[in-house]
Amino acid sequence: MELIRGGAGQGGQGRQRPDSAPLLQATGVTKLFGSFKANDGIDLAIRPGEIHALLGENGAGKSTLVKILYGSLQPTEGAIAWKGQTVTIASPSAARKLGIGMVFQHFSLFEALTVVENIALALSDRKSRAALAREIEQISAEYGLPLNPNSVIADLSVGERQRVEIVRCLLQSPELIIMDEPTSVLTPQEADDLFVTLDKLTERGCAVLYISHRLEEVKRICHHATILRHGKVVAECDPQKETAARLATMMVGAEVRSLSADIPAPQNSKTRLAVRDLSMPQPHPFAVALDSISFEVKAGEVMAIAGIAGNGQGELFDALSGERPAADAGAVTIDGKACGALGVTARRRLGAAFVPEERLGHGAVPRMKLSDNVLLTRHATGDGLQSGGVIHPDAARQLAERISRAFDVRKGTPDPEAGSLSGGNLQKFVVGREIDRQPGVLVVSQPTWGVDAGAAAIIRQALIDLARSGSAILVISQDLDEVLEIADHVAVISKGHLSPSRPTAGLTREEIGLLMGGVGEPTTSGRGAVHAH
Amino acid sequence: MRIELVRRGERSAAMAYLSPLLALLLTLIGGALIVVVWRVVAADLSSPDSGGLAGALGKGCSDYGKFLYVFFIEPLTAMWSLEDLVAKATPIILVAIGLSLCYLSNTWNIGAEGQIAVGAIAGSFLPIFFPEAQGPFILPAMLILGMLGGMAYAAIPALLKIRFGTNEILTSLMLVYVAQLFLDWLARGPWRNPAGHNFPDSRPFDGDQLLPTLFGTNIRISILFVLVAAFAAWFLMRWTRTGFQIRVLGQAPRAGAFAGFSQNKMVLLTFLISGALAGLAGISEVAGPIGQLRTTVSPGYGFTAIIVAFLGRLNPIGAIFAGFLLALSYLGGEGAQIALGMSDQTTRVFQGMLLFFVLACDSFIFYRLQIVRRPVTQTQAVAS
Repeated sequence: MELIRGGAGQGGQGRQRPDSAPLLQATGVTKLFGSFKANDGIDLAIRPGEIHALLGENGAGKSTLVKILYGSLQPTEGAIAWKGQTVTIASPSAARKLGIGMVFQHFSLFEALTVVENIALALSDRKSRAALAREIEQISAEYGLPLNPNSVIADLSVGERQRVEIVRCLLQSPELIIMDEPTSVLTPQEADDLFVTLDKLTERGCAVLYISHRLEEVKRICHHATILRHGKVVAECDPQKETAARLATMMVGAEVRSLSADIPAPQNSKTRLAVRDLSMPQPHPFAVALDSISFEVKAGEVMAIAGIAGNGQGELFDALSGERPAADAGAVTIDGKACGALGVTARRRLGAAFVPEERLGHGAVPRMKLSDNVLLTRHATGDGLQSGGVIHPDAARQLAERISRAFDVRKGTPDPEAGSLSGGNLQKFVVGREIDRQPGVLVVSQPTWGVDAGAAAIIRQALIDLARSGSAILVISQDLDEVLEIADHVAVISKGHLSPSRPTAGLTREEIGLLMGGVGEPTTSGRGAVHAH
Repeated sequence: MRIELVRRGERSAAMAYLSPLLALLLTLIGGALIVVVWRVVAADLSSPDSGGLAGALGKGCSDYGKFLYVFFIEPLTAMWSLEDLVAKATPIILVAIGLSLCYLSNTWNIGAEGQIAVGAIAGSFLPIFFPEAQGPFILPAMLILGMLGGMAYAAIPALLKIRFGTNEILTSLMLVYVAQLFLDWLARGPWRNPAGHNFPDSRPFDGDQLLPTLFGTNIRISILFVLVAAFAAWFLMRWTRTGFQIRVLGQAPRAGAFAGFSQNKMVLLTFLISGALAGLAGISEVAGPIGQLRTTVSPGYGFTAIIVAFLGRLNPIGAIFAGFLLALSYLGGEGAQIALGMSDQTTRVFQGMLLFFVLACDSFIFYRLQIVRRPVTQTQAVAS
């Protein structure tokens, strides 16, 4: 494995874009939603055997373009040619028949079914289960995608689940595969394995349209990049010849503000959030049980909990926020007060604030106005939004306006519904709503998930500023760049168990990656100590 | 060409108000189809004086014109029928106000018809066992007992849902039949009027046991309960934290839990409120227009109120307007039966179509129609 990994890594240097006629050529593709131009005269040529990166901020029009290429949307204007012949891609099944496959960012797999059952569901032609299983094994061996056809999806890691999606796609022998943020859920090691597979695909002449936010990765594996901004192609380039900073500038259209965490975290400050031996049983069979989690966050510091999705982050967040209180009051302490058994409102009154991972439907009610969404988390924290159970809408509106101004929340009308904001703007609002309180303890999950670079910089800076003003911040994140950028300490959660925390200074991505994959676990001092007793 | 539903960015406020009107229009068109088809099918086309198909169609159309007049206009032309309209609208609106709160919190009380019956039973307890009781306190006591009865009966599906996770749609609906049969048994058996010549009715209530009438008409003071309840419910939803909790938990339960609101408390609260209002409607019927406990106290007001709640946009003030429209359908249905010899199920058909269309039209609050013309090219064959 190591050898192959090394090969892929070196293969990234000096990749040549194949010099052949385009497999797929889009000319002047325009898509209107009402009067809004999601795509504006886009030209795109994908050659066989290349990995073609599609870069752009959220809302730049990447998803719209991909949906048009995959047949789920029809362009308002423009033409698509497949192997030189103009085609109308009427539906995803038409796209698959042409030879275009897609691996989505969010998997569509039934957890209770096996790999082969999931794949059989997606295929139109009926084969025997055994024949299909053989075919799956053959493809997974051929492309370096180890997979047992009879495993149940619920038992698979995220990386393995993605392999199922890829194999499902490969079974239709596509000539172009569209991949939407394929590495966003993977560990660095899993991502390396994916790149090996991609290389094998391109060797066979298959083209890949690769959508990603991760510029280093694009530089490493892609032959060519098309960069979108505001629905238009702003640049085409060879990503290996550009720096990541230059690519980011092209995407955003301006230099991305760099973060200032110049002031170091204070030493020996008091502990504001302490978690001791927090254990929680599984709430349902597909959830993760928490296994005696302990950590402390001191005033003035940002602590991060890294880990691959689905290792207990959601369960930990619910236990910290009090949405699912623990049996033991001493398990969670906020500013010295044991509150493990208290609910979320009581914890907010102790000065804590929470931002969940899911913005819509958890952190905010999509069909309610921003002023109502302010009330959601601040109705009981003495902000004067209500007295004696009677709401003061004007106060709520003013507060929503203050948050919007402070965090540059862009909105079309003065008090729009939360669901009508873009992901980045809503996230700024949801984070801003809590930071505006100047909470003593802030627990935030995936603060910049699916958020464009500009909004992410604002949010991360606000988190650092809040910490340096004396609050304790806990960030639960899968994004290693983010963790390394803003956190003073990091611990890794794996299967409901938390590693001891380490200072981020001097830590590399690879070291955290190994911890995330559970490799470092048995040798960490925490486990060692347990065994020693 | 195909028709697509495209999601709107924000809900359309205009469509929220237009939807009931559009639904009414579609119901009228649907009604026209039914009447005309009924006429054509019933006509004996072979008979020489039938005028053939055209004659049958013409007869159907003129019948529908008459039907519209009898159904919607005639009940509004006489004082007595206007009073009757108010009498029928009162219980429907009372129940619909409670159901609106329930449905806004995503709690589905379908059993108001049973809560009406239990409210009627609980409130009738006093006049039946103490027939001589009179004075200023007897009526308020009956009303309070009626509300408590409705509340207690509504608490059953709520507690079953909270404790065992049962589906409240099923349990509340099934409890309707339990309540109706219990009422039937009481009226025929233990609570039957001993001097009533074996009719299955209780003793008639009299004097202070009956709701007083207003302004020398037949309109009873229960219409004031409607106004008070509508205002209180409007205030609750618009201005209070409890109303906010109801809306949040109804739209996004996860966000409600994050806000620190309890889903279980809200299930119980909305069931209790809607049960109390249904119970009040029940006792107001027996202490009002009916004047005694009978084997049935409501011709389906509890189910009609479901339609009223949706037609009124789950808004207490909207429920008043919708309630009068649906009360009109009861009067109109009776008129159509007498004047045109139509089935007594006409009202039900009308109400059913109205609910169907209003729910369908409500899709347009969140979605708009888009007609997609697909260019047909020779390469279509390649793609498909």
